[in-house]
Parts: sequence; C-alpha cells; structure tokens
Amino acid sequence: MLRIPVVRWGKPYESLETQKVVHFLTGEPIAEVDQANGGIVSRDLRKAGEARRILREFAVEDLIGRIKQAGKLFSSATLPLGSGMQSPEDFVHQQSATTGLPEQMCRNNMTKNSFVMENIDTILDALTRGLDLNILAKGYGQESRGVIVSYQCQAPVLGAVLPSNSPGVHTLWIPVIALQLGLVLKPGSQEPWTAYRVASAFQQAGIPAEVFSLYPGGHDVGGAILSSCQRAMIFGGEKTIQQYAGNPRVQVHGPGYSKILLGDDVVDDWEQYLDLMVESIYINGGRSCINASSVWASRHTEEIAAALAERLGPIEAKDPTDPQAGLAAFTVEGMGKAVYEMLQTDLKEEGVTDCTAKYGPRLVEHERCSYLRPMIAHAASPSCAIATKEFMFPFGTVVKCPQEKMIDSIGYTLVGTAITADPQWISALSDATNIDRLNIGPIATNRLNWLQPHEGNLTEFLFRSRAYQVAEAKLALA
Amino acid sequence: MTMVSADLAGAVATAKQKLDQHAYEMVQWHFHPSTGSPFWLEKAKSLGFDPLTAIKGYDDLKKFPTFEDEWLRGGPIERWRPKGLDGKPTFVFETGGTTGIPKSRMVVEDHRIDYELFSETLPDKYFPKGANWLMLGPSGPRRLRLAVEHLCQFRGGICFCIDLDPRWVIKLIKKGWMEHLEAYKKHCIDQALTVLSANHNIKCLFATPKLLEGLCTALEERGQTFADTGITGVFSGGTEFTPQWTRFCIEEFFGGPPEVSGIYMTPTYGNTLMGLACSKPVTAAEGYKISYFAPQPRAVVEVVDFDDTDRLVGYGETGRVKLTTLTQEFFVPGFLERDEGEREQPYEAYPWDGVSGVRPFHRLASSTTVGVY
Repeated sequence: MLRIPVVRWGKPYESLETQKVVHFLTGEPIAEVDQANGGIVSRDLRKAGEARRILREFAVEDLIGRIKQAGKLFSSATLPLGSGMQSPEDFVHQQSATTGLPEQMCRNNMTKNSFVMENIDTILDALTRGLDLNILAKGYGQESRGVIVSYQCQAPVLGAVLPSNSPGVHTLWIPVIALQLGLVLKPGSQEPWTAYRVASAFQQAGIPAEVFSLYPGGHDVGGAILSSCQRAMIFGGEKTIQQYAGNPRVQVHGPGYSKILLGDDVVDDWEQYLDLMVESIYINGGRSCINASSVWASRHTEEIAAALAERLGPIEAKDPTDPQAGLAAFTVEGMGKAVYEMLQTDLKEEGVTDCTAKYGPRLVEHERCSYLRPMIAHAASPSCAIATKEFMFPFGTVVKCPQEKMIDSIGYTLVGTAITADPQWISALSDATNIDRLNIGPIATNRLNWLQPHEGNLTEFLFRSRAYQVAEAKLALA
Repeated sequence: MTMVSADLAGAVATAKQKLDQHAYEMVQWHFHPSTGSPFWLEKAKSLGFDPLTAIKGYDDLKKFPTFEDEWLRGGPIERWRPKGLDGKPTFVFETGGTTGIPKSRMVVEDHRIDYELFSETLPDKYFPKGANWLMLGPSGPRRLRLAVEHLCQFRGGICFCIDLDPRWVIKLIKKGWMEHLEAYKKHCIDQALTVLSANHNIKCLFATPKLLEGLCTALEERGQTFADTGITGVFSGGTEFTPQWTRFCIEEFFGGPPEVSGIYMTPTYGNTLMGLACSKPVTAAEGYKISYFAPQPRAVVEVVDFDDTDRLVGYGETGRVKLTTLTQEFFVPGFLERDEGEREQPYEAYPWDGVSGVRPFHRLASSTTVGVY
C-alpha cells in the first residue's frame, strides 16, 4: 500500500502513528498516511525563515517559469508520491475514491489547479493589481510615476489547514511560492492528494524541497499551524469563521452564501437566466463556496423555484466513475442524514415550500456513505431561516423579496451575481460591503475570472504597504 | 514452559491470591457497621445481597452494580468517609467542575501511600533523592498537586509549584478563545521558566505533555535546550502521552534516550478515583509503546468488552478500561473509565494485567475535552 510520510522542510518523516485513507464505497485502504503531532509543527516552524531565504535566492522570473512548468507536470506527469509514483489518472481515481467526488469533478479541479500554475504570471498580475513583482521581491521599488513604494512581507511562510471535501480551493494558496514564501500545509484527512501532488510537481520543476512542509494529522496539528504561522488560512464552517474573526494572522474561508439577484427590470424574463441559475447551484456538486445557495427576486419566485426543481429534482446519484455523475457523496457516517434532518426543520417553517419533494426521496443512503439529491425550496420572505442557509450539496432557496430590501436582507455574500441594468441599483450594489465578488449581468456565480482577485486577496494578506524612504544619492546608485 | 514463565506464572498466582484476600478484607471494612462509610452502608440495603458474606474474593466484586461517578457529585462529603477513619484529618479532591458541581473524593492518606509506592519505581540516577522538584501541572483542589509535592518531600526534596486553573482552560477551549488559551499557557510556562532560572537546584519535574512541550519550546526560543535546565527526571501523564509524542519529545527535545541525553521520562496513567498506574520503561526498541500497570491490590486495571463489561478481552485485544479501587479510604467496585486500550500481559515487575495504547473511548471521544493543561 502507498505510504505517504509527513514532510518536514522537504525531508520525509515516518511517524509512529498512521491513518489509512479508504475508498468511500468499499472501505478498501488506498494509502497509509503518517500523522504528525502538533509539537513537530511548532518546532519546525522556528526554522520557517530558512524557506523564505531559499526562495529569495531565486529571481521572480525564474520562479514563475518553474511554476508554469510545475503546472504542466501536475496535470500530465507521473510524479513521486510517498513510497510510490502517481500518474494523473491515479490522482483522479484516488481523490475520487477517498472523497466521494465524481471522477469528472476531480479532473475538472485538477485542470483548475493546473491552470493557476500555468498562468501564474497573469494570476499574480491580478492579485497585485499590476505591481512589478520585483518590488515585492526586493521589498521596495520605484513605480512608473517616480514614487518609491514598499511592501513588507508579513511572514516567511503561509500555513494552510486544508479541507477534505473541496479540492478546488487549492488555487488560493498555490501562488504563494511565486511570492517567495514557503508553504506549510495540513492536508485534509480524506484528501491528501492535491497538497502532495502540487508539492511534488513544484519539486520536479526545480523548486527546492526545503520550502515545503506537509503535516497530515489531527486537530492539534491544525491548531499548531494556526498559532505558529504568522499568516495562515483555514477552511471550515460558520463556527470556524466566528472563531478566527478579527484575527489578522488567520484568513478563514467558509461558506460563501453566494447568490443570484434578479432586478425588477429583468425579472419578467427570468426564463432566459434559468440555465445560469441551474449551473450556479449544481456545478461541482454544489460543494463550492461559489455555488449559489439562493436566488432572490421580487416576483415570479414560485415559477422560478418550480422551474429549478423541474431541472434539478430528477438528478440521481451515480457511480463516481460515470462521466454524468454530478453529485458528491457524504463520506462521514451519518452526515448526509444529519443535513437532511436539519433541512426538514427549515422546510416546516411557515412560508417555506419544498419544491423538489415530488421528484422522489432526497436522501440516498448506502452502507458506507450517503447522497443528497438536489433540493430547491421557495421562501415567501427573507425572514424564513432557509433563505440564508447553505449546504454541501446542490441546494437553493428562491426568496421573494422587494428589490429595495434585497441588499440589506441577503447578508454576507461571497459571490453576488446581480442581473440588472438599473444604474441606481448597480451603484448601490457596488457600494454594498456585504458582497465580496460582484458580478453585474448574467454571469454564473461559479464563473470566476481568474484575473480578478478572489476572496481575501492573498497579497494583501501577506504583504503590508508601508512608507520607505531612500536617500537620493543611494537611489541613483541602485 | 520455561523457568522464567513458570516463575511469572507463580507470581501471577500469588498476586491473584493477594488480591482476593485484599478484596475480601476491604469489603469487610467498607460494609461493617463499625467501620464502613454511610454511603456504602446505605447502598448495601439495596444491593440484594450481603457483601459481608457474599464477597469472598476479587471476582465476586462483579456482583456490585457498576460504580457511577455521578454519585460523587454533591454532599455531604462525610458520607464517603468510613467510620473507621473518623477523626483523621481529611482532604477533599475534585475533578470536573468547569460548570456545575464537581465530583469530590475524600482522602486521608491514599494520595501519600500511592505516591510512596510510585516512588519505588523511580530510578534514583535520574530522580536523585534530595533533589528539588517543579510541579508544572494543575493547582487548586486537585489530588495531583499535593501528591506530587508529597512524592518530592518523601524523596527528600522541596517542591515548587505554579498556579494553573484547569477549569478556566476548559472554558477557553469550549468558547474557542484560542488566543487566550495560548496566552494562559504562556503564563504557566513563564512561571515555570522563572522558577527554573532562580537557582533552586531543581532536578525533577512533573509536567503534562502539553506543558512539557510548551516548556521545551519556550527554552528553545531562548536559545536553550531542556538539558540546560539541569532536570534529569520527568514524570508525566495523560492520554496524550502517545508513543509518537514520546518519541518526538525524547528524540527532539531531550536529545536522545536516557543513556545519551541523561534525561529519563516516565509516563503514568491515573485519576482521582484510582490513584496512578506505572508504566513499563518506554524504549525505542519497543516502538515507544506505553503499557500501564495499576498498584495492585490497592487498585486494579482491567480491559473489558465494550458491551459486556464483566468480560475481559483477550491479551492484545482492545476494550474499555475498567478501574477498581480497594483501599481503606475508598471502595470503587468497577468503574468504567472514559478511555480504551489494549490488554497487556503480566510481567515480572507487575505480575498482573496492564493496559497499553490508552486513548479516549471512541464512543465518547467527541464529547471529551482532553489535554486541557
């Protein structure tokens, strides 16, 4: 069986504790993963400065070239992984087998991660809003308008506590190496694959192994990363978000509560946008923070909900190898049922209609996993609890709400697609602080333009703009 | 059968006889109207059998219902004191109590006796007689605080302590105030560093794994190592004391096994109800496996089937940890701990069953807060 060691600044470390990652349907072990303990992480992180020192020896252009090469390797090469080798197809099978995601979805996520690496220069251009990367590398530099600017790096490495259930999120930390910071990763317990494969691809492309640490392990390992790294990101639920709210060292990524808002000027033509709504709710198994969890309009909401239910309701759980499979399994025992029961409470509230009930049972239970088939609800008002809920499967509520009350009623929104041409409303939406990514016009919430910085801009998190003065004589010599 | 195993078999049989005799005597003590505690004398009325005549040996203790530690909540505490000990100075030690009423156990001398027995297992080379100790663990109404101090005094030393309120630590964890948790841990470690820097000739330490790790880390951040403190003997305990953690600590913080680093660490397992179980020496050759053995006949550790808790599992098999306490002060006829582990064979030093791989009981694990200090 494949053995995947802890990696401590590039050196494999076999632990006395291991955990088997198993096939979600059969229970067959796929790999044995060594488990770190929190103390190892804290101790290793005292040497984090060395990772940055090593990376700063590379010219930024050189790093970018290597990362582009790594992107190609990530999607096409057979790469070392622990005690064995892993081809791209192995990666897809393994990731699907341990996470319950359909293989097609795993392929798509592999393409997405590879895209970010292969286009790292343009991605960085978007993240920095066009800043010359050598200014970040050197710490200061002169802009074209003749002014000195300086960006102070806030940490030698980025720590990341990664999820098991959404392999698309890795695009958020991948650019870090190009910014000359090391990576300290806690891979998801069911999804060690992406973190190890990215690190392997980077190393094959000539990035030194010593700038990567990978610490599979329990909660103490995540805690140690978050408390020992000066900058870290974590993926979790609402509780995690609240726990780290206001902590400048931690960037939390949780539920997106992404939404589609139909303006009064277009809502009578809602059928034109049905495909966009279906895609936003259903793509990637409804698992992403950028999947829409609600559609808001002032009228026609019952018809919209019925049409969405008609399109999504009949979708069945299929074998993960089926190219048509669109639903991901809940692989944690009892989780699918727990989510379903939680929803039943919300559906009983006055003003809420379960629109997919007539398309058959939603909860599909297997011996070792469960599925939830798509669910669409209608909420007669934003005060219904279900109006602002998000779940890890294709789920959406169509909410009836007057346009003038929408911005105040929707709450936090990672991606807000507002379909409207009303200039006054566009102005109000642009000014709203509860919407992160704003799409004006018919753009599905999942259609991210990679040239726009994503939630919690990475460079703003890792670098701080500061004053920097250089005597003129020295500047002339530079 | 080899001579060694024949000797061991003899020792096992002798230990069992001793346990049977001791169990009989303790039941006579706790259930006789002239010596028993109000709690057990009252309980005897509803047992459906007379313990004084029905309990002839250890195995007969199964006739008692499982001990419920909830019985220990609330007072009056005197109901637990055997009449035979009336008039003796009495301590009360508490467990839990973060919210609501804690569980209380009365003690006269058990903590001293347990730790004097434990003292015999400590190698003088690393725990020198007369050396001073640092108690880097919970303070307040905790048995451990006074027990470690007594251990130190019994060995001729003076024990330095810190202030540490585990109930506040649990509140911080439950509230998710992790920054405060880190700050409180630092506050505790700072106290330890101050004591260690004050030239008190401290050579021995009690610390929980988390605090030991915190202490070693703080020392390394100052450019020092644990060896620089001059401490040669470390006594620690808890379910976080895993083989991997032990290996990490020995290899990376201590600088190697005792013969190389000069630092010896012994894990223990126990609680306010039972006292403490000692460990077989932990070595790299045995994969840092940690096996605990109770101080029989005063206490017994068994590994029992998860569902049929009167049935021992086979050696090497996994089950729930069941504790029995048989002292003049306290009678616990079978308490199901919140831990599980593997049943271990008797060996020469401890010719009775032990338990290894102790960890939170998997059916309760999600509701248990471990490693709070």
